[in-house]
Amino acid sequence: MAVEMLSYIDRQSPVHRLTGGTKLLCLLFWSSAAMMTYDTRILIFLVLASVWIFAISKIKLKEIAFVLIFIMLFLLINSIAIYIFSPQEGVEIYGTSHVLFELGGRYNVTLEELFYLFNVNMKYFAVIPAAILFIVTTNPSEFAASLNRIGISYRISYSVALALRYIPDIQRDFRNIALAQQARGIDLSRKEKLAKRIKNAGSIIVPLILSSLDKIEIISNAMELRAFGKNNKRTWYRARPFQKIDYVTLTLFVIMLLITIFITFHDGNRFYNPFV
Amino acid sequence: MQRKHLSIKTIVAIGIGAAVFVILGRFASIPTGIPNTQIETSYGFLALMSIIFGPIAGALIGLIGHALKDLIFYGSIWWSWVVVSGLVGLLIGLAWRKIDIESGIFNTKKIITFNVVQVIVQAFGWFVVAPFLDVQIYAEPANKVYLQGLIAGAANIVTVGVIGTLLLLAYAKTRTQSGSLDKDI
Amino acid sequence: MKKTVIQFENFSFKYRSQAKPTLNDINLTIYEGEKVLIVGPSGSGKSTLGHCLNGLVPFSYKGEISGSLEIMGEETRNLDIFALSKNIGTVLQDPDGQFIGLTVAEDIAFALENDCIPQKQMVDTVTEVSRMVDMENFLDSSLHRLSGGQKQRVSLAGVMVDKVDILLFDEPLANLDPATGRHAIELIDRIQKETETTVVIIEHRLEDVLHCHVDRIIVIDEGRIVSDQTPDELLASNVLENCYIREPLYLKAAKYAGCEVTAEMKPSHMSSFAINGCKEKLVSWFEKTAPPEKKAETPPILELCDVSFGYHPDHLTIQGISFSINKGEMVSIVGKNGAGKSTLSKLICGFEKLSSGRILYSGQDITKDTIKERSLRIGMVLQNPNQMISKHMIYDEVALGLIIRGVPEHEVKERVERTLKICGLYPFRNWPISALSFGQKKRVTIASILALEAEVIILDEPTAGQDFRHYTEMMEFLCELNRQGITVIMITHDMHLMLEYTPRTIVIAGGKKIDDDSAVNVLTDSEIINQANLKETSLFELALRAEISEPREFVERFIAFDREVRQKWL
Repeated sequence: MAVEMLSYIDRQSPVHRLTGGTKLLCLLFWSSAAMMTYDTRILIFLVLASVWIFAISKIKLKEIAFVLIFIMLFLLINSIAIYIFSPQEGVEIYGTSHVLFELGGRYNVTLEELFYLFNVNMKYFAVIPAAILFIVTTNPSEFAASLNRIGISYRISYSVALALRYIPDIQRDFRNIALAQQARGIDLSRKEKLAKRIKNAGSIIVPLILSSLDKIEIISNAMELRAFGKNNKRTWYRARPFQKIDYVTLTLFVIMLLITIFITFHDGNRFYNPFV
Repeated sequence: MQRKHLSIKTIVAIGIGAAVFVILGRFASIPTGIPNTQIETSYGFLALMSIIFGPIAGALIGLIGHALKDLIFYGSIWWSWVVVSGLVGLLIGLAWRKIDIESGIFNTKKIITFNVVQVIVQAFGWFVVAPFLDVQIYAEPANKVYLQGLIAGAANIVTVGVIGTLLLLAYAKTRTQSGSLDKDI
Repeated sequence: MKKTVIQFENFSFKYRSQAKPTLNDINLTIYEGEKVLIVGPSGSGKSTLGHCLNGLVPFSYKGEISGSLEIMGEETRNLDIFALSKNIGTVLQDPDGQFIGLTVAEDIAFALENDCIPQKQMVDTVTEVSRMVDMENFLDSSLHRLSGGQKQRVSLAGVMVDKVDILLFDEPLANLDPATGRHAIELIDRIQKETETTVVIIEHRLEDVLHCHVDRIIVIDEGRIVSDQTPDELLASNVLENCYIREPLYLKAAKYAGCEVTAEMKPSHMSSFAINGCKEKLVSWFEKTAPPEKKAETPPILELCDVSFGYHPDHLTIQGISFSINKGEMVSIVGKNGAGKSTLSKLICGFEKLSSGRILYSGQDITKDTIKERSLRIGMVLQNPNQMISKHMIYDEVALGLIIRGVPEHEVKERVERTLKICGLYPFRNWPISALSFGQKKRVTIASILALEAEVIILDEPTAGQDFRHYTEMMEFLCELNRQGITVIMITHDMHLMLEYTPRTIVIAGGKKIDDDSAVNVLTDSEIINQANLKETSLFELALRAEISEPREFVERFIAFDREVRQKWL
């Protein structure tokens, strides 16, 4: 069960040099922009810009290929689903209909539908590199400090740190429990009927959950003994001060967000319409 | 000692809870046979945590757990669904005082309360909020996202109804004192 | 007169959920710079005493306190847990639970962060403290990559950053292999001398702690202090035996031989123990004690032929291991953390696929068999029973595997009941598992494996975290299973377990088999001991010093004799 997951990749690059707080804010601005707009010109700009940022981060494509393959597959299925459910969605949005192939009534392929699907996919493409970069260029140790830095209470920030710290432990526990239960004949694969499979899953998740609940008590004691929560704030060993590059980057991203909002909404329509 | 903020135990519960949510979400989903529809055991767990630790913990476990799962394994975040996970954790958590699982009693009446709450909360979350956000954010066709919401919501309602209830029963039993047990010779 | 740092006066404590007080009328004074060891069986209240010192009682575990406890002259009830943590630094026993940071440096800095110490100063302090515990080259390492001993160093550093007056160690040796345990004790000793702190150690591995000097030993039993003396005085008495605490083996041997042990003989350490007066008694005891019976040879049941495995193709965790285990044997697999012991057991159960080699069961090749197929023959018991238990009632848990395999109901009932009887759980069959002790839960997990009629069981650290009496109960239970024909393989780093219960030991180091011999021969071979992080048994040294002609044979006879004696406890 060597499932790959994204994790921090240590390199020297301008993207790595930014503090975690800056990157988190930028990710939020970036995904807000991509979520709000349907303006094709902005989407193309966002996609090209994120490809460029990806290039300067010195992360290699093959290091994240497994995620990309998954996302491509997801987007393909998603596009097909949209077409099946609403083949004329594009016509409705753009108000015109240029039929390319006749497939009979509703399912006629229109230029508008293809353009609409192109836009939907561009929206995802605009965010994916940014999100991946955030995970692979932010040292998890710095992550909690950055959350705290951008105004989230340190207690909640610390919960995130704990989650990151314990994901590998819990994954190992899960694997051990699953194997030990399989050895007792418990089968989770498709060979079993659904009802039985749910029951069988219970015999893995119940021990996992109950033993994780035991952990909560041990960890809280350990934290209490070392005076967590004593003051209204705390310092962070791995925090990094904001540098000039952080301020510059943030300013650029804010400007980008404002321009996006302006261009998208100035004519009262989220969509860029090339058909009129 | 009265403290205004979250107790250390709640903070740890959020952290560990989010980690377990990530692992269950990634490794313990059971395919139902219907495409793209899975029994997400992680929501049964989320309901358990909401009832034990309350609405704030529930909301944050859903939010942090789901966001981390998306980021780490899929390299992107589906905000509309992440928000709903947090919302479901929050709203189920509102029933924690009423159910009071720490008392060790989880009788038929409480089981019904829990299930009524989870059905209403999840129906609202998956049938209404998630598709609404999908339409707003991604401008996907309404009929597609509402159908997706319907299938996922129905699956999650069943999951929480079965697995969530079983987990709560199992947990409640660990709260009872051993008391006067006699050996049967 | 030295300054008093800890003073209990008529102190009692009762947990809110319990009917009777856990600590009764404790009177105890500890002075500045002292090194005090607290011993006692499980459930004696020794851990609760530790919790009272660091403030977990009453701030985290609620209950009723009567009497007084002053630390550094202040009544603890008037302080809070934060103020207490400035005076007392606690090193907890569970290494996974107490590491909160992602990396070594962050974990050491945790208390400083909570104190809002500026970053610059924090970095300096962390560097300084990590140097004291020899971890300065690991500051950026992830905690998952550390060995047990290194983890302990980190947790010690984590409490030392506060310049505490008192260091409290709660079972520091649990989970450590013998050699690492010895280093840990030496480290504690060195730190105490360098920083002149007061040290309180709670631990039941008495002989290991006594490796370095201890000023006083407090014995707690049933919530009361039953002894408060110097190590020499305590060891000359019979307090320990009455409380079921394991005495140092060399001392036990001397007592069996009929030697009169007095405090003047300095029995607290093997090297200082004056045995000239009882050499003759030891020799004559050796001569009149019968050698243990040897078991008859049986055909092999499990054979590993040149087995290799690696999680990555270019890095093999297991390299060409071969051995054969005969039916009805009781074997231990030992080696330091990360040597490949657990991986080996996973390969045998089919949890991982071999890179090369073969595994035979009763002469049949089972290399290609699935986990499920192998589980009918070989059962695996995890270290933590909570990770295996999913049912509420004992009966249901043991029946689970049978029901899933579709065994008819009446047969399930018969097999479960038979297994429960073998495991001594039959009277409890209608109990909820949550009402059982740790050791009993472990028996439930063993029962659930045996119900499948496995003929070989593999146990990972079967006695971890259990006191001497529960250890004896568990091991005698496994011996009983063994007598009924079950082949038992144990993965362990408990030297007593190897020596006392497994006639044969397989030693793994760096993924290779480095020895396969009797436990006694392994534990008296200094080269193997070094490679596998073991420790020479003190019995051997005693035998050498007593000039016994066959020192290894002496060790074997002692072990057999001692087990006979302990049978009476059950």
